Amino acid sequence: MIMDTDLQSLRQEVKAWLADNWDPQRSLMDWRIKLVESGWGAPDWPEEFYGKNLPPAAVNAIAEEFAAAGAVGSAQSGVRFLASATLLEHGNDDQKRTYLRRILTGEDAWCQLFSEPGSGSDLAGATTRADRKGDHWIINGQKVWNTSAHHADYGLLVARTDWDQPKHKGLTYFIIDMRQPGVEVRQLKQMNGHASFNEVFFTDAKVTDDQLVGTLNDGWQVAVTTLAYERRSFARIRTVTADRHGDGPIYAEYAKEVEIANEPYTWYPQRAGRVDLVVERAQETGAIDDPAIRQEIAKLLTLNQSAQWYGARLREAQKAGTTRGPEGSISKIAASNIARLASDVHTSITDIDAMLTGPQSPRDGIIAEILVSVPAVSIAGGTDEIQRNIISERLLDMPKEPRFDTGPFKDVKRN
Amino acid sequence: MMIGRGTLMEFAFTAEQEQFREIVGRFLTDKSPTTAVRRLMDTEEGYERQVWQQLCGELGLAGLHIPEAYGGSGFGPVELGVAMEEQGRALLCAPYLGSAVMAGYAILLGASEDQKQKLLPPIATGSKIASLAVTERSGFWSETDVNLAATPEGGGYRLSGQKRFVLNGGEADLMVVVGRTAAGLSLFAVESGADGVSASPAPAMDPTRKIADVIFDNVPAVLLGEEGKAPLEDIYNAVLIAFANEMIGGAQALLTSAIDYAKLRVQFGRAIGSFQAIKHRCADLLVQVELAKSTAYQAAQTLAAGEDATVAASMAKAAASECYLHAAKECIQFHGGIGFTWENDTHLWFKRAKSSEVFLGTPKQHRERLLAAMGV
Repeated sequence: MIMDTDLQSLRQEVKAWLADNWDPQRSLMDWRIKLVESGWGAPDWPEEFYGKNLPPAAVNAIAEEFAAAGAVGSAQSGVRFLASATLLEHGNDDQKRTYLRRILTGEDAWCQLFSEPGSGSDLAGATTRADRKGDHWIINGQKVWNTSAHHADYGLLVARTDWDQPKHKGLTYFIIDMRQPGVEVRQLKQMNGHASFNEVFFTDAKVTDDQLVGTLNDGWQVAVTTLAYERRSFARIRTVTADRHGDGPIYAEYAKEVEIANEPYTWYPQRAGRVDLVVERAQETGAIDDPAIRQEIAKLLTLNQSAQWYGARLREAQKAGTTRGPEGSISKIAASNIARLASDVHTSITDIDAMLTGPQSPRDGIIAEILVSVPAVSIAGGTDEIQRNIISERLLDMPKEPRFDTGPFKDVKRN
Repeated sequence: MMIGRGTLMEFAFTAEQEQFREIVGRFLTDKSPTTAVRRLMDTEEGYERQVWQQLCGELGLAGLHIPEAYGGSGFGPVELGVAMEEQGRALLCAPYLGSAVMAGYAILLGASEDQKQKLLPPIATGSKIASLAVTERSGFWSETDVNLAATPEGGGYRLSGQKRFVLNGGEADLMVVVGRTAAGLSLFAVESGADGVSASPAPAMDPTRKIADVIFDNVPAVLLGEEGKAPLEDIYNAVLIAFANEMIGGAQALLTSAIDYAKLRVQFGRAIGSFQAIKHRCADLLVQVELAKSTAYQAAQTLAAGEDATVAASMAKAAASECYLHAAKECIQFHGGIGFTWENDTHLWFKRAKSSEVFLGTPKQHRERLLAAMGV
């Protein structure tokens, strides 16, 4: 536990350091190097790796002081956060020294290479292969749903290294250099017209021995760590804001970085159904006088409010340590139900104009974007069906699914 | 959108409240098994005096929400909600909602200081059963639908008209009646033996609750509080919130029963609970129950915080009653043929859920009410 008095003196220390060092006239890289060397860029990381070994409560206080001073932080958003969290937990010291610093400075961008066309819900069924050749590994296969892979310098790769083992036991976790001839990244266009993800094709791509994270054939355990942090970051607000406090060239550089980081997520609010727009839309179209639509609006507001209240209960229960763990799946199903109902309500309100799309359509295309984005909610981050398995098996203690994939992976039926 | 401070309130029951839940829960598990429910639902009175006395005496439940100054124990809507949830779970047959909650709140919120001193203590101790007669032909609790005539005469008033769906109207020693005078809607107290009152039991589909139609023919009555100032909406909110908490207790009991049965029942060589066709519906039911619980708890919190609870109360009533009925239907379906028999207990909760769906306003009416309260 950290005492309030400690936090107060810590805040003073940060304030003083920022007063001496923060200068918006610096370049972004120059400033980030300063952050890395001082430890203020990753205060909860170990002291030997660019941090100060401080508890989470301190991190929040420091972030508040940075915000108050208008100071830019280290580059930890998105997959960079997943990469650093995974390496801190499972990487060796050489790997930490090689990669962590350039994550914080923003010099390197990262992507996650887990899902495949043949293994979505069944992530451990990956068939991208890593074959040993001399002192390195040769990668062949295909990954999909890779956010920001087209900007990435490195990827977090799960590949199969032993086909005679059961599926969870033959996977290995690698860091792969994305800037090499055997790696081809293609943007994947979605049904809503955006391209937030990529497909990545490996043809005899190379990974060195020192890029193996954890131990051979134990990659699933490492992947579970990455996935746990991913779920946690789902709950966080995804978009980073680039607040301007006064002028200086560093803000322009930072704004550019933020724009690239946020670009895949511009449609995410629409994906959730935009409940916030429902009442004003109904008022502007006159649908608010339709008793049938009023009923649907009230159902939606009630469902949305009850999910927020459930979230509040859940946070309290988590603080008290009385949860069983998978309760987040309840919130996820609720979010799907809300988005689907919101999409239907927006359609009823918008009526025949729901045939239109683009800038000439209602709300500058936002309504159309809701209608064609909502189908993603019940798929991304674990489908509703997987969530229902988790809820029934792990919260209601119902019998597990019968399994047909426990033998050697080479004998398991697959796509 | 603002729904009181409740919108952002983090919420957890305190250790004392959890302990209280356990005590009430244990008592009700012991005193209200379905064998007792089945026996009492066939009686005219509908409850067991000895259990009622223990409930009010030892446990002090009837006076839970009534201040100590009026013979109660001075707790609030959250504790009342806990007591209601446990009663809903156990399907307790008792005049609790009608007397302690409905009549109790009406007097607490609408009567004068002297009247509260005089009328509340016997309700809090359970020595008298009271009831609250609001609804008429439509069954809807609203300003426009309440028209029973109240005419001044001498120092008092005379009531003439008809009330319907009066919970515990047949058993009540004291009836709180909403009537209309020239000044508007007002609360009146009527002794059950008064001349001109005739209460006849209504043929209730849910036999675990006794409801009555009551005819008033020039009945002498005492005005409670001020004429034309019956705080109907405040009483309604408080009652709805307690009622919603009762319903989520029933919904939880049905969910538990459905899952227990699905794990036990074997067909095609495996427990039916291993089929996704059943598992996924159980998961969806848990989601609905947890969300409905959240509305009921949050509504009680909002009321306890002294804020306008209209939106939260109507959200809770609509969500809890729909959840309750859905849980009952799913529970019958998972039981298959046995679930449709009289012998199986599920129909006891189903009938409570069905009548709770429409009692004190349908979900549809509550959705309109909450939009109106939000100014939409």
